[in-house]
Amino acid sequence: MATETLATPRRSSLWTDQKFRSIFFQALTIGILGFAIAFIAHNTATNLENRGIASGFGFLSNTAGYELENTLIPYNSTDTHFRAFLVGLTGTLFVAFFGCIVATVFGFILGVLRLSHNFLINRVAYVYVEIVRNVPLLLQIFVWWAILLALPVVRESFYLGSGMYFYNGGLKAPSPIFGDLFWMTPVALFVAIGAAIGIGRWAKKRQDATGETFPAFWTGLGLIFALPVMTFFATGAPLEWEVPTLGRFRFSGGLAITDMFLALLIALAAYTAAFIAEIVRAGILAVNKGQTEAAYALGLKPNWTLRLVVIPQALRVIVPPLTSQYLNLTKNSSLGAFIGYPELVATIGGITLNQTGQAVECILITMAVYLTISLSISAFMNWYNRSIALVER
Amino acid sequence: MRLTTLLATAAAVATVSAGVAAAGTLDDVKARGSLSCGVTTGLAGFAAPNDQGRWEGLDVDMCRAVAVAIFNDPDAVTFTPTTGKDRFTVLQSGEIDMLARNTTWTFSRDVNLGFEFLGVNYYDGQGFMVRKDLGVNSAKELDGAAVCIQTGTTTELNLADFFRANNMSFEPVVVETGDQARQAYEAGRCDVYTTDASGLAAQRAGMSDPSAHKILPEIISKEPLGPLVRHGDHQWGDVVRWTLNAMITAEELGVTSANVEEQSANPSSPEVARLLGSEGDLGEQLGLSTDWAKNVIARIGNYSESFERNIGVNTPIGLERGLNALWRDGGILYTPPFR
Ligand SMILES: N[C@@H](CCC(=O)N[C@@H](CS)C(=O)NCC(=O)O)C(=O)O
Repeated sequence: MATETLATPRRSSLWTDQKFRSIFFQALTIGILGFAIAFIAHNTATNLENRGIASGFGFLSNTAGYELENTLIPYNSTDTHFRAFLVGLTGTLFVAFFGCIVATVFGFILGVLRLSHNFLINRVAYVYVEIVRNVPLLLQIFVWWAILLALPVVRESFYLGSGMYFYNGGLKAPSPIFGDLFWMTPVALFVAIGAAIGIGRWAKKRQDATGETFPAFWTGLGLIFALPVMTFFATGAPLEWEVPTLGRFRFSGGLAITDMFLALLIALAAYTAAFIAEIVRAGILAVNKGQTEAAYALGLKPNWTLRLVVIPQALRVIVPPLTSQYLNLTKNSSLGAFIGYPELVATIGGITLNQTGQAVECILITMAVYLTISLSISAFMNWYNRSIALVER
Repeated sequence: MRLTTLLATAAAVATVSAGVAAAGTLDDVKARGSLSCGVTTGLAGFAAPNDQGRWEGLDVDMCRAVAVAIFNDPDAVTFTPTTGKDRFTVLQSGEIDMLARNTTWTFSRDVNLGFEFLGVNYYDGQGFMVRKDLGVNSAKELDGAAVCIQTGTTTELNLADFFRANNMSFEPVVVETGDQARQAYEAGRCDVYTTDASGLAAQRAGMSDPSAHKILPEIISKEPLGPLVRHGDHQWGDVVRWTLNAMITAEELGVTSANVEEQSANPSSPEVARLLGSEGDLGEQLGLSTDWAKNVIARIGNYSESFERNIGVNTPIGLERGLNALWRDGGILYTPPFR
């Protein structure tokens, strides 16, 4: 080339070398960061020592000494702080799991209603979204709890039928007592699910090959329903119910869904649903109108258009921000500590921290667990996102 | 080379800042011009803002007394409301200079949490309150009841111990603040409210119908409540300890806010003279003015005055002196001499 002279770099100091500069500044950043962390750790350790505050994780194996209500794993006050931590962890996961499901269903419905051409429906959904999004969540949790507390006291519970009661302590329902052969019913359920998936695959293959359709969805659904039910009765219906009975003070026996759980679940779901509604609305609006028109032009029925053309494309827009809503909901569940729902911040980050004084350790554990949960949700949603992403050909 | 310098400087800074944090609270308070005191989020008689928004109560008087000892100004205090759960973190972190919040002096708080308790301003014990119409007469009848408790307290540990020792079970309803506990109890969410007996009396006074509730006879624990500071700053600890002692000693010596001027001019005994600074330099030894204790009595009053004004029999809370009477009146209040 004629530009040979230009291509020869001028000799100069390392500073003008872009590669060197980049490595140098990265190293410097890491160095400063590492240093800052070391500084904080050292400072904390020294201060704790100066003030005679004990440190270490040994306290986890000491007796917790406090009771927790309606735990998902067996627990009493003679168990260790570690067990109390597990109670908190299961509590967090439980409310976050159901919270995400309810918020998603409710949020999708709201989002679609927001797009309704009916003025009233559209406005109601709009007002709901704007109010709920803009009131602090903690306040909403307190409001829901106050509403539940205003329900009748235990002695005047609403009887909902089938051994279920509703009162200001939450919901009481019969608990199942499983017989010997009951295990066959869930097994039948799994078999049915497997079969349904198989039928679905087969039907798709057949349709690809011959163009003939098969009602795989309804067949599968029927199978999933019928097979376990038949198994259940064939094994002699091995299931009994323990009905809650009112004692001198409270109900004993049966399952409980506490007012704290309900208040937290409702508040989390209602709040997050408002955000999800906007995400869903944005996702649907993001699908070009031409896509729908093209689908109609090809003769697709309206609900097929929605299912095969609009929703798959909208999901690509919806899923990434939906992930952050799930993360938010999970982290926000920590506010349950304020109404005494036994989750992470109430147990290890609250009572244990307070009774043992191991603030640094307890907060570290709590943070590490939230981080792990969040990263797991992220990983799962990323996987899902990839599976629905546009496959470039 | 630059990096090593940086490292060395930072290491030095780290050591310095770690070292400085522990001592000199009195100087910090003086430099700031006001005391920062942790109290409850609101418990009538112990610490609660009145109609004008001014904090009042037995624990509040403790804070104000320390402010008077240092500044001769009962309003040179900023009150920080703390919950049972966050009070220790707030004190450990240095956000407040002292904590006066119905806090029980226990081994682990004293030793393991790195605090120093400076005396007892109320000897208490944990009790139970129930609605009268439940027909319960003893805490031993409470098997299966739902119990409202405040998190982060000695209460929740004592409660678990008591029920286990008596082979009973209960349904804990755990809340953050005293207000929440009262609301949940009044709404009938729990059958029993348990906390320090003094706290029960204070909470009952704030209920819509105080006469509908009764306090059961059992007292299941010892709850010596008192002020505390961070461990390690002994000068600061001495200031708070001797401010409390001065109020109790003043009662013992018959010094009140009404006669303190006269007593300091004509002390009725050598100890009164030393207490009020008419003689000796006890105040200077603490790093305060000579008349520190005289100011405390003049502006806050002695222990009895503070007690009767805030929680005594003539207040809605209506507590007897009981254990909190002077040793010579059948109680257990007894202070070391001022000499
Ligand atoms: N003395 C116990 C309990 C102290 C306590 O929290 N008492 C309640 C009721 S007596 C209180 O002060 N509540 C007021 C608030 O929540 O701020 C302790 O130190 O753990």
